[in-house]
Amino acid sequence: MDDTPQRTDGAATPPLAPLEVPTRDSSVATSREVVFEMRDLNVYYGDTLALAGVDMAIYKNVITAMIGPSGCGKSTFVRSLNRMNDSIPGFRITGEALYHGHDIYGAGVDPVEVRRRIGMVFQKPNPFPKSISDNIAWAPRILGLRNGLDERIEKALRSAALWDEVKDRLNQSALGLSGGQQQRLCIARAIAIEPDVLLLDEPASALDPISTASIEELMHDLKRDYTLVIVTHNMQQAARVAERTAFFSLDVSDGRRTGVLVEYDDTETLFTRPSDQRTEDYVTGRFG
Amino acid sequence: MATSIETGNPLGPSGNLRRRQAVDRFMRGSATAAAVLAVAVLVIVVYSVAVQGGSQLSISFLTKAPPLVGLPGGGIAPEIVGTVLIVALATAFALPLGVLIAIFLSEFSSRATAYPIRLALDLLNGLPSIVIGVFAYGLIVYGGPNLGWAGSFALAIIMIPLIARSTLEVLRLVPQAQRDAAHALGISTWRTTLGIVLPACLSGILTGTVLAVARAAGETAPLLLTTGIFNPQVTSFNIFGVGLPNIPIEIFTESEASAPADHARAWGAALVLMAMILIANLGARAMLARSRRKMFR
Repeated sequence: MDDTPQRTDGAATPPLAPLEVPTRDSSVATSREVVFEMRDLNVYYGDTLALAGVDMAIYKNVITAMIGPSGCGKSTFVRSLNRMNDSIPGFRITGEALYHGHDIYGAGVDPVEVRRRIGMVFQKPNPFPKSISDNIAWAPRILGLRNGLDERIEKALRSAALWDEVKDRLNQSALGLSGGQQQRLCIARAIAIEPDVLLLDEPASALDPISTASIEELMHDLKRDYTLVIVTHNMQQAARVAERTAFFSLDVSDGRRTGVLVEYDDTETLFTRPSDQRTEDYVTGRFG
Repeated sequence: MATSIETGNPLGPSGNLRRRQAVDRFMRGSATAAAVLAVAVLVIVVYSVAVQGGSQLSISFLTKAPPLVGLPGGGIAPEIVGTVLIVALATAFALPLGVLIAIFLSEFSSRATAYPIRLALDLLNGLPSIVIGVFAYGLIVYGGPNLGWAGSFALAIIMIPLIARSTLEVLRLVPQAQRDAAHALGISTWRTTLGIVLPACLSGILTGTVLAVARAAGETAPLLLTTGIFNPQVTSFNIFGVGLPNIPIEIFTESEASAPADHARAWGAALVLMAMILIANLGARAMLARSRRKMFR
């Protein structure tokens, strides 16, 4: 954690200056429709239990943030939501991961269909080595959405706040864009196929502060139409952006390190009146 | 043994340093000599073929048919045509198969299923070419006429492991992040391979193919058994109906013949074949270097 220094003396230390958390109408979040529901979800890589017993519900048109120290399973959890972990050898889950009531890992569920509805944006921008418009149009063409492709491209780029910057160079290579622009292009690419949910795995961690701010602003706009789940190692970002926050941590026992969901609550509550001591230690910077 | 301390020089030789230095110099000299020997062998081969065959090179050598055995003059035009046709057909067999095998190994198979296939590919690569020739002979030619396409079949078997292995190498160079991006858009693995992974590999696949072609163009044993020994006076394109004359067999038959004119033609044919392969090899390596520079920009 760069901004919250760790204390090593072990003595009881007063919390640092309280986090600026915008007040939100917390009742709104829980009254909405449930998009994801996890019941006792355990994630294994071979015999190693990577993530233990997660119970949580993610709500529609709400930004939900996953925070916690490195290696505690946040990315593993989020990647499990759209079956991106399937290709990792030894990966398996027990428990239930329900999407609108249907088991994501049920028999007969095609992972390609899952990812059609639950898109993902990665930490490092990964545009295809194609032109800007081809980057966005490639997937819709394959999925059969060939009508109105130009309108679709424009709409996606406008939603990603990138249209004005690239409208005159749609045929140029996407690799010529800056890092922040590339990431917004990846977001535009993801929303061009009109998914239901967008998962963002540390979307701004590879970007400079100005680009980060524009991505955060973008997320505020996107949540009107999409459900967003973001993983971030930056607590301030979670405080700025998310309505609900989940704190993951590591449980080190019997020589094994397992990720656990410690607390999941409205952002304001989690940061100002956490129920668990571990949460309080983390958000006040006693450990990072 | 006098120690350095006794002689007063703290950095002087100690223990068996002189012997170790001698051994070091000897080994370095041996390694250098071996490397020089390898280069020398190549230079000697190229030089002798060039000197012996250079006198034969002319436009008519490349465009005329060989005369009756023993007579001077003529050329190897039918053989050039035959080699080009046989190798082209072999490439048409081997390229799609080799690329698909590599795609399967890289994109679709699990580690468990990949291992026996890679092993089979490596073993196929090491199979003696005459054994492959006998196989093709028994499968296609036995009891019937020699056929050009039987030779292509045998050469394709030789080319497939080479193309598959070089394609697999370039497929591995494509970053996983690209595949992740496509998968996260709800695109299946095959469409991802076709639209994102393969286009990034085209240069490497081409290079691997050219190297495989260069290898196959010089293989004599399989052609001996499948296309037979030929010395026609007429250029033929009928690869599916008859055995075609080709350069490696031509070199063999002309060398075994008795007249000096035949030997001269053999040298000329050897020069033409060697030039074709050297140019293909160097060209392929230049292309590969260019594409590697592009990929790591």
